[in-house]
Amino acid sequence: MPSDSAVRIVWIYPDLLSTYGDQGNLLVLEQRAARRGIPFESIRVRSADPVPETGDIYLIGGGEDRPQILAAERLRKDGGLHRALARGAAMLAVCAGYQIMGSTFGGEEGQPVQGLGLLDISSGRGSVRGVGELVAEVDSALNLPTLTGFENHMGVTRLGPGVKPLAKVVTGVGNGDGFEGCHAGHVVGTYLHGPALARNPALADLLLRWAVGSELAPLDDSRYEALRQERLTAVASR
Amino acid sequence: MSMTQLPLRAQLASALGRSAATLSRLTGRGDGSVIGGRVGLMLEPDLLRQLARDKKLALVSATNGKTTTTRLIVSALLEMGEVATNAFGANMPAGHVSALSQGKEAPYGVLEVDEKYLPEVLDTTGAGVLCLMNLSRDQMDRAAEIWLLAQKWRRALSGKPTHVVANCDDPLVTWGASTAASVTWVAGGQRWKEDSWCCPECGGPLDRKDTDWACRECTFHRPEPHWVLDDTFAVDRHGRRWQLDIQLPGLANRSNAVMALAVAEAFGLPVERALPRLREVKSVAGRYTTVSRDGRDARLLLAKNPAGWLEAFDVALGASDGPDPAAAGLPPVRVSPVILSVNAQGPDGRDTSWLWDVDYRILRGRNVFVTGERRLDLALRLDVADVPFVLCDSFSAALAMQPPGHVDVIANYTAFQQIRQEFGRAV
Ligand SMILES: [Zn+2]
Repeated sequence: MPSDSAVRIVWIYPDLLSTYGDQGNLLVLEQRAARRGIPFESIRVRSADPVPETGDIYLIGGGEDRPQILAAERLRKDGGLHRALARGAAMLAVCAGYQIMGSTFGGEEGQPVQGLGLLDISSGRGSVRGVGELVAEVDSALNLPTLTGFENHMGVTRLGPGVKPLAKVVTGVGNGDGFEGCHAGHVVGTYLHGPALARNPALADLLLRWAVGSELAPLDDSRYEALRQERLTAVASR
Repeated sequence: MSMTQLPLRAQLASALGRSAATLSRLTGRGDGSVIGGRVGLMLEPDLLRQLARDKKLALVSATNGKTTTTRLIVSALLEMGEVATNAFGANMPAGHVSALSQGKEAPYGVLEVDEKYLPEVLDTTGAGVLCLMNLSRDQMDRAAEIWLLAQKWRRALSGKPTHVVANCDDPLVTWGASTAASVTWVAGGQRWKEDSWCCPECGGPLDRKDTDWACRECTFHRPEPHWVLDDTFAVDRHGRRWQLDIQLPGLANRSNAVMALAVAEAFGLPVERALPRLREVKSVAGRYTTVSRDGRDARLLLAKNPAGWLEAFDVALGASDGPDPAAAGLPPVRVSPVILSVNAQGPDGRDTSWLWDVDYRILRGRNVFVTGERRLDLALRLDVADVPFVLCDSFSAALAMQPPGHVDVIANYTAFQQIRQEFGRAV
């Protein structure tokens, strides 16, 4: 990214996929950019509008079955996200948004629905709903602290050879195979919905670092740390 | 139907249910409305159907405002006779059995119904009137998905004679109600719009202009309202304007009041008789009550989900109540402090993600105090919204920090109940 232009954060389809506090991921990125004096521009793209391909960080969130299917259809037709990721843009895909990044996902009746094919994963519907706090140890290649957050889904996701697991599950369900989420290049997928970045500010910084292309100044993260420690302790003591 | 007309098994079940309720109350384990109903249902699954059979019944459902609107409708219908109701907000079938058992001789019934149970309760009771106010995201780890809910309402209403009173400013409610045989459309307003940018019929974008809305891609559009909430006035189907002048504060309650007037109309009760009854309601299950301690007067507001927080802000910040002081030549209203309390126990939803859907920036410039079991979640949320606040270990500590005078308290479900408990549930 040229140093004179702002980091462009693109939130895809808040009108369809924004059920679980997904706005939080955008707000946390904005705050962490602002506190470092990194200029940024946020773009909320409605599903009737084209997805700009010149973004630096893309966000897509969670939602119900029908909106998920609609979003997949539109994004496939639109093609903007495909072109952006081909350019090397960073992305955080959450829950329903994570599933549609793969080749297929489970529809309203569990029927396979065609995804975007942007991540080498395929998802289906499991038999039980995974609801609750999730704790997982992140792939050491990413050099991030313990992943913490809340999951609420019935999805089961199989990872292909083109992606690596994001983290190994300590508590919770995640992909259903002992791992949670995945990553490939600058794309991260996770079942942690809503404000995953509020609980994992280091992950927010990873996305920002990818976008900016250089190391970031440290921030006072005591508010984030207090919440993280409280949640990790609560889960460990159960 | 009187007690003696009920089949023997149902009589027995109903009586046993009532004694279980009494026991539950006497032993202090609850208000008894749920356990009594459960015992009754266990003995006679068809009990609800039998208890409902000879009543003129209204069901009330929505994400927000169920309890209050139920209370307003009850208050109105009391003008005509006795009314059976689940006043304690026990809004699933066991609570309905209990309510109807206790009000067995009442000719009327008004039942608050959980959104998920609405199809089942509608089938079972054959209620003549159904009131639907709004549908928005709720605690997602325990509530159902709302498009799916609206779809289930449609199926349940299809082919039934039930008359629906529905808020046509909420597209999802409109869609959910539009398979009904007959509908009174009420323009009750919609403050929370984040769950209705897309057409529930086809998924296309909904275009909005003022209060009007229509799908860009299909024929789904806002129906012409029969009743309209116009700020502090209700406009009825004849175009007559009624100053609402109710005691419950805020725009959401004025909307609930217009819905109640339209339901009363469906029962044949004219506005001039219903409205004075609505004005008698001061507080509902502790909501909007002011409690006092050491010269501090704390008004209790319940907010369980993002749409509920918008309504609470409206009341706490007084945005829409009374004349604008500047325009009326009055001194500016003193900005009172706000205490926020958030828990995440079972009834609240264990997931606090919804905090990120609430726009807290409106609190900037207020003295904000944060407490509750999940205060650290709220603290980070406010920090990101650039809202300064004071973190407090308990509600008592937060209250003790206030100057004498008025303070607004906004709390979610169990946090609210804990505060009520502290004041001996005298509210
Ligand atoms: Zn449409």
